Amino acid sequence: MRAPVSWLRELVDIPSSEGGRDIAERLVRAGLEVETVEVIGEGVVGTLVIGHVVEIEELAEFKKPIRWCQVDVGPGHGGVRGIICGARNFAAGDIVVVALPGTVLPGGFMIAARETYGHTSDGMICSERELGLGDNHDGIMVLPADAGVIGADAAPIVGVGDEVLDIAVTPDRGYALSIRGIARELAFSYDVEFDDPGVRVVALPAPASGAVPADCGSEDFGACELFTMRTVTGFDPSAPSPLWMQRRLVSCGMRPVSLAVDVTNYVMLELGQPLHAFDLDKLSGPVRAGWAPAGSRLETLDHVVRDLGPEDLVIMDDSGIIGLAGTMGGLTSEIDDGTVNIALEAAHFSSGVVARVSRRHRLSTEASRRFERGVDRVLAPYASARAAELLMRFGGGTYVGMTAVEAEYRPSRISMPASEPADVAGMPIDSATVVRLLQSVGCEVAGSDGTLTVDAPSWRPDLTDPADLVEEVVRLVGYDTLPSTLPTSALGHGLTQAQRVRRRVGMALAARGAIEVLTYPFVGDRDLDSLRIAADDPCRARVRLANPLSDEQPMLRASLLPGLVAAARRNIGRGNFDLNIFELGSVFRGLAGETLVRPSVEHRPTDAEWSALNALLPEQPIVVGCVLAGERIPAGWWGPSRPYDWSDAVESAQVIAEVLGVELTIARGSDPTFHPGRCAALMIGEAQVGVAGELHPRVIEATELPARACAMELSLDACREAATAVRRAPAVSTHPVAKEDLALVVADDVPASAVLDSLREGAGDLLESIRLFDVYRGSQVAEGHRSLAFALKFRAADRTLDAGEIQLARQAAIDSAARTCGATLR
Amino acid sequence: MLSADAIDGMARDACAAIAAASTLAALKEVRIAHAGDRSPLALANREIGALPPAAKAEVGKRVGEARGVVKSALDDRQVALEIERDERVLAEESVDVTLPTVREAVGGRHPLTTLIERVCDVFVAMGYDIAEGPEVEAEWVNFDALNVPPDHPARTMQDTFYVSSPDSGVVLRTQTSPIQIRAMLERPLPIYVVAPGRVFRTDELDATHTPVFHQVEGLAIDENITMADLKGTLDHFAQAMFGEGIVTRLRPSYFPFTEPSAELDVQCFVCRGSSVGNPDRPCRTCGSEGWIEWGGCGMVNPRVLSAVGIDPVRYRGFAFGMGIERTLMFRNGVTDMRDMVEGDIRFTRAFGLES
Ligand SMILES: [Zn+2]
Repeated sequence: MRAPVSWLRELVDIPSSEGGRDIAERLVRAGLEVETVEVIGEGVVGTLVIGHVVEIEELAEFKKPIRWCQVDVGPGHGGVRGIICGARNFAAGDIVVVALPGTVLPGGFMIAARETYGHTSDGMICSERELGLGDNHDGIMVLPADAGVIGADAAPIVGVGDEVLDIAVTPDRGYALSIRGIARELAFSYDVEFDDPGVRVVALPAPASGAVPADCGSEDFGACELFTMRTVTGFDPSAPSPLWMQRRLVSCGMRPVSLAVDVTNYVMLELGQPLHAFDLDKLSGPVRAGWAPAGSRLETLDHVVRDLGPEDLVIMDDSGIIGLAGTMGGLTSEIDDGTVNIALEAAHFSSGVVARVSRRHRLSTEASRRFERGVDRVLAPYASARAAELLMRFGGGTYVGMTAVEAEYRPSRISMPASEPADVAGMPIDSATVVRLLQSVGCEVAGSDGTLTVDAPSWRPDLTDPADLVEEVVRLVGYDTLPSTLPTSALGHGLTQAQRVRRRVGMALAARGAIEVLTYPFVGDRDLDSLRIAADDPCRARVRLANPLSDEQPMLRASLLPGLVAAARRNIGRGNFDLNIFELGSVFRGLAGETLVRPSVEHRPTDAEWSALNALLPEQPIVVGCVLAGERIPAGWWGPSRPYDWSDAVESAQVIAEVLGVELTIARGSDPTFHPGRCAALMIGEAQVGVAGELHPRVIEATELPARACAMELSLDACREAATAVRRAPAVSTHPVAKEDLALVVADDVPASAVLDSLREGAGDLLESIRLFDVYRGSQVAEGHRSLAFALKFRAADRTLDAGEIQLARQAAIDSAARTCGATLR
Repeated sequence: MLSADAIDGMARDACAAIAAASTLAALKEVRIAHAGDRSPLALANREIGALPPAAKAEVGKRVGEARGVVKSALDDRQVALEIERDERVLAEESVDVTLPTVREAVGGRHPLTTLIERVCDVFVAMGYDIAEGPEVEAEWVNFDALNVPPDHPARTMQDTFYVSSPDSGVVLRTQTSPIQIRAMLERPLPIYVVAPGRVFRTDELDATHTPVFHQVEGLAIDENITMADLKGTLDHFAQAMFGEGIVTRLRPSYFPFTEPSAELDVQCFVCRGSSVGNPDRPCRTCGSEGWIEWGGCGMVNPRVLSAVGIDPVRYRGFAFGMGIERTLMFRNGVTDMRDMVEGDIRFTRAFGLES
């Protein structure tokens, strides 16, 4: 809502020392969000005067037609001056705005007497845009003949220097979508009288005898509680809107159209009541609000044909549907430049109904925005009287009268303990203050101590609950007076295991060189296809958005890899070639349900309702993933570089397992995204919980990642569930260690992990640790075989081992490996 | 033969040889020659037994003293040569310690992650638990239970991603407030929780908007909770995040799930208001306003309490929330939203393990 300060001042006596910024600050404190304070024609310095075009000489010898004008700017400014002008939308005798030499226009444009087109142009005839008044630059501003005396200061006449507040109105403050509502807040803030124009009875002439005003009706008083029609005939359609009205409309962001349309808009801005003007001669029969029949249609004023149904509240006459109630009128009954008989509709429509209609038709208008937020329930007849009076004042005509239908109006009545505002705020507010403040916003208050009975004013449909009254009281006392205290009884449990796990895993990966990214969860078939994720793979995304930002990515990820791959590619494109990025986040698996469950909000949902709501949701497990490419260690004085390879991907999973104390085993894996010979299945027990390795060459090709790029993805939820809750302390033996190395030859297809497992098994309890330290393939071992070298440490908890014991354990390990893996000692 | 002169001569020869030894190896030779088993003084010592008793004591004493002198000369020389060697060898072994040493740089956690953790830690220290909820959420939890009925204008204030179809009843949560509903339905009273999370709105990505962003909310439900408690909690929070003495400001506003509702501003932690009306010293952090818009807050609307079955007569609550991206922007000087979402490692690495 844009509110010119000059208009506000007309309704409320703001101290003259207060500027736009001061007023804005008051409003902010009252809870209205003032986004900007603009000065109309900001930058104009010097003199603008009212000029009278005396004579025009057309200069035809130039590329474009030019006019040499004699303009009278009054004896005080040098009488008649010659001015060159390129515009053509005026004639001799017109009243215009002249910027005299020395005047500076917005943008620092200084006017000077200058030689041009063979004459000395001694000033400038101004357009709206040149004065910073609006966007109109189809020629210069031509003012009405009575705009002002020749030579008068034109600035106040065209509104230069006025300030405009732009206010973002929250849904509960519908009343602030009017100059009237904003003025009321200011009257309280400045503690001055407020003479409410919304309940002022406008003196209209007695209805012409014999004539019958247009009839009206409401078919559903739940949706339309009040419907009025006011009729004026014999109106002069050529009468222009007064300049001040046009200027105010422009200041408020609306375009002046014609007197009839401008008046309806003007009154809506002033009072907050949307109005609609019909051409009476285009109506047939009574005009009424009702529900649209199924399959009906309407072409609205914006030339869109809309399909209507029984959810749409419409305005009808005997010819059919002629408007969308509270939203937009129809084309057939529109006012035009020949309209002489006018019927003004002013009604009250239910906010929910208009919100639904506006949403269904994606049509948000000045009227619908007001009805959605709630219009003053009793305002319609006052507003239409004001409009009729303005129409007749500037366009003549005969007043015919008003018809109205109305449901009984009962103000919203709220009971509230007088102590409630103080209790909620946590500071003393006595009941006299509570009563006074509620009255100041227009409430009728009965009772003074104990319980108050409060009737909300008709313009505050948002006041329905005691909490709403509490807010009114506390905001008027001032939020800045609230003390600063602390609640006393919070008893927390610290982080949950799941929360600790995420922190520790993130920290461990980052400490080892990985960089966290947070990617969008949106994916599309192309992303999934390029990763070769099969249609039946659980990592194939299935949760689909109804309104995705991009049709290329309409689904929610079921794997982190698409996002990580895209982030990797973006980094590489920017020259960050050596990469180890990871993400920790939810993925979405399975399907979202679609059975609509909408429990009442009057009470807690039943257990069945609550589980039905939760059953709508897909699984959303937490997963960790990484993508590796380029070099892990760059070449340096220490030696050659070392690229990331499959083992780094597996290592990152093992780091996570170690951090969590989870026994993660590595097995040969198979996954279409990964290189078939370089893919590890990450296992906890018998269950696969992740995958790691080198990406499949076809994936590398499709995703444009560098050759040998690697990746890992692991279910953090699975790891967390397997994690030991409380780890047991080890027995740390202080007896001497016995170190034994051994090299075993095994067939190539025997995995190292199997050899390790069998050695461990054979060596028994005396084995403290075992480490594979070399893998050899070559002339020293048979074709198709490799040699694995292990370092073993033996130690007993209670004694120094003797040579015999060590030898026995070592041999048992070798025997075990020989038995289960066909290993031979090298 | 074992005259005093002879013995003194042996000691003198030994000392001369010791002094002449210039390396530890040479000294080792000298030690064998002059203090070894076959050295003159060792042989002389052996001869003492054969001397007449009268001479034994005299000669014995003299030989003993001579051997002592030689031993001590050897030890001193040994120490001196070792020091000399150490100095030389260690000098030879010196390296350029300014060479680059970091073969594998430490990575980085996303600053949004660490900022969320920082916020949570402040509230955990105040006795709050951290609550979480699903990102794909039931529309009822995201809107209805929060006093946003189907045709409420607040639903169009936030442009919602619907899952499957606009009528499915399933959305990408538009705010972290549904976590409050879950906390109130699932936790025993009183409730003190802080709820961080990722939220979604249908905005296109640009320098100041992103369709996917993060919020953190706080919720306290207890008997006798007041708006002054809300103010005090926010003041404490602001000080923990931005420094001693920083205060907050509440301005009346509207949210369907709180009543009374307020916008939350935090005092500018850079200029602390000194830039206001002081064009010579403008402040970029607050745009010389003195205050920074931070979030929203209010007293939990009794209708919300009813929807989750909490008695609104006995219990009251407060709630507050703020955007993490926005906080990171003004706190850490991030000027473009895209830096936070694109995953460029140069951006995140700069924050290390804590933002
Ligand atoms: Zn500042």
